[in-house]
Amino acid sequence: MNGIGPILKKELADHFSSYRFAILFALITMVSLITAYMVGLNIKQDLAGIAKPKFVFLMLFTSRGAVFSLVQFVAIFGPLIGLILGFDAINRERNEGTLSKLLSQPIYRDSVINGKFLAGVAMIAIMMVSIVLVITGLGLNLAGVVPGPEEIWRIFVYLVISIVYISFWLGAGILFSILFRSIATSALAAVAVWIFFSFFVSLGASVVANSVVPDAADGGTQAVVKHARIQAGVALISPMELYTQATAAIIDPTRKTTRSIVLVGPMERISLSRFSGPLPLGQSVLLVVPYIITLIAISAISFAVSYAVFMRQEIRSV
Amino acid sequence: MAGEAIIETEGLTKTYKGQVAVDDLSFQVAEGEIFGFLGPNGAGKTTTLLMLLGLTEPTRGRARVLGIDPTRHPIQVKGMIGYLPENLGFYGELNARQSLRFIADLNGLPVRTADARIDEALTVVGLESEPEKKIRAYSRGMRQRLGIAELLIKEPKVAFLDEPTLGLDPDGTQRMVALIEQLSRERKMTVVLSSHMLSMVQKMCHRVGIMIHGKMVGQGPVEKLAQEKLGVGTEQYTLEEIYMKYFREALP
Repeated sequence: MNGIGPILKKELADHFSSYRFAILFALITMVSLITAYMVGLNIKQDLAGIAKPKFVFLMLFTSRGAVFSLVQFVAIFGPLIGLILGFDAINRERNEGTLSKLLSQPIYRDSVINGKFLAGVAMIAIMMVSIVLVITGLGLNLAGVVPGPEEIWRIFVYLVISIVYISFWLGAGILFSILFRSIATSALAAVAVWIFFSFFVSLGASVVANSVVPDAADGGTQAVVKHARIQAGVALISPMELYTQATAAIIDPTRKTTRSIVLVGPMERISLSRFSGPLPLGQSVLLVVPYIITLIAISAISFAVSYAVFMRQEIRSV
Repeated sequence: MAGEAIIETEGLTKTYKGQVAVDDLSFQVAEGEIFGFLGPNGAGKTTTLLMLLGLTEPTRGRARVLGIDPTRHPIQVKGMIGYLPENLGFYGELNARQSLRFIADLNGLPVRTADARIDEALTVVGLESEPEKKIRAYSRGMRQRLGIAELLIKEPKVAFLDEPTLGLDPDGTQRMVALIEQLSRERKMTVVLSSHMLSMVQKMCHRVGIMIHGKMVGQGPVEKLAQEKLGVGTEQYTLEEIYMKYFREALP
């Protein structure tokens, strides 16, 4: 690929030297430190009554500290990080007149977005890995938990899913930077989309479910199941929901289904209580494969749209 | 026109949403000459340059730059043409050397060659004295000269200069003119420049082309245009008179 190397190099240098990244990084370090600290303190109490606790290390990421767990934090604020890294990628170059200079060099046009996207993904990866390392380190210190090999694999899978998830938002940010000439408009659009998906969709899901099945509470089993199905289905519009579902089973080995409601008869109850052991990693991954694939697919689609729009844009208006 | 045609177009046409920007344009530029591209704002000069660079696809017609079709092989053509855009932008947080290094990287130059060319280009444009100064702090004239330096890094055979003296003070303009003439003389660089500073164009360009409403209404050496438009035997003429005559005739 002609030109992708130099652009990637320059973008990385820009990221590392920018105030934006420094502030972002400080913020994230702070949050992960607080989370890890709270969780580390609570985890001892949580485990007090359990004889042989399993997967304690993973609890560092899933158990709620003061406000939220790290997994929840990434689900809600990860998008913001991706969008912040991407919302002015192209329109800044356009406004400063550097885009036409860049494109008049012997490089392919797509190298510009490819290089910027890859640099963003690299930043996201660095950020996520360092957060996980900070929490691991603090967990070792505060709660004395040592991760087992399976837990390390689970964290690795979790990291990969998280990076894909945030990269999706990075791609969305870059798309906005191509669609909107003004940086302010693009930032506003990014925030609007973030709010829509993080708060509005889950709200809308229950509204839709309530209107389709108005009397779920006293309508019997059928109605309850239908209500839950509709609500979960609508919620899946949001990449956030996809991410939460995809990571839930990975980071929590005792989770055996992604459904929110499980119907249990007397026999199932017995078998459930008897076989309450954790799933092996392979089975957990199998459980969430559809979500992971969908996540990758929507990332690819958002990038493909940016690509198509950028390639067709007239240079004159660039 | 002396020498071989290095740029030639045939019926080059570009329409934007039904509006004709460049209309059936045919012209040639010979090797080593300085060609002045004149015309009112929005006449289609920049669009023509972009089509020659392969940055915009022509609606009809064809172009050849150094024998290559820029629409089909834009990468090759862009490697051989130095382009100074009208609204030249820079990464303000870099200094001149870093900026030139980035351009060299994009052109795939090996480090050694790049270093040598960067030093040379900075000397030629007279920016070698302050290598650490951020481009953000540059004056308009310095930026414009840095633009020329970025173009020289590629050692292009052809240079497209879109309004190279726009917004420069008299001293800056003179330096720019001297620089362009030097490049044309010493490196045999073919230069296509668009400008509204007609006295400057008259002084330095071997031939001019006047473009109005997307059409090339007149082209050739200034003397020839003077004969055609102002009559034979006119000793005292300026390009401005010729230009205005063309301009008035083109108006409905």
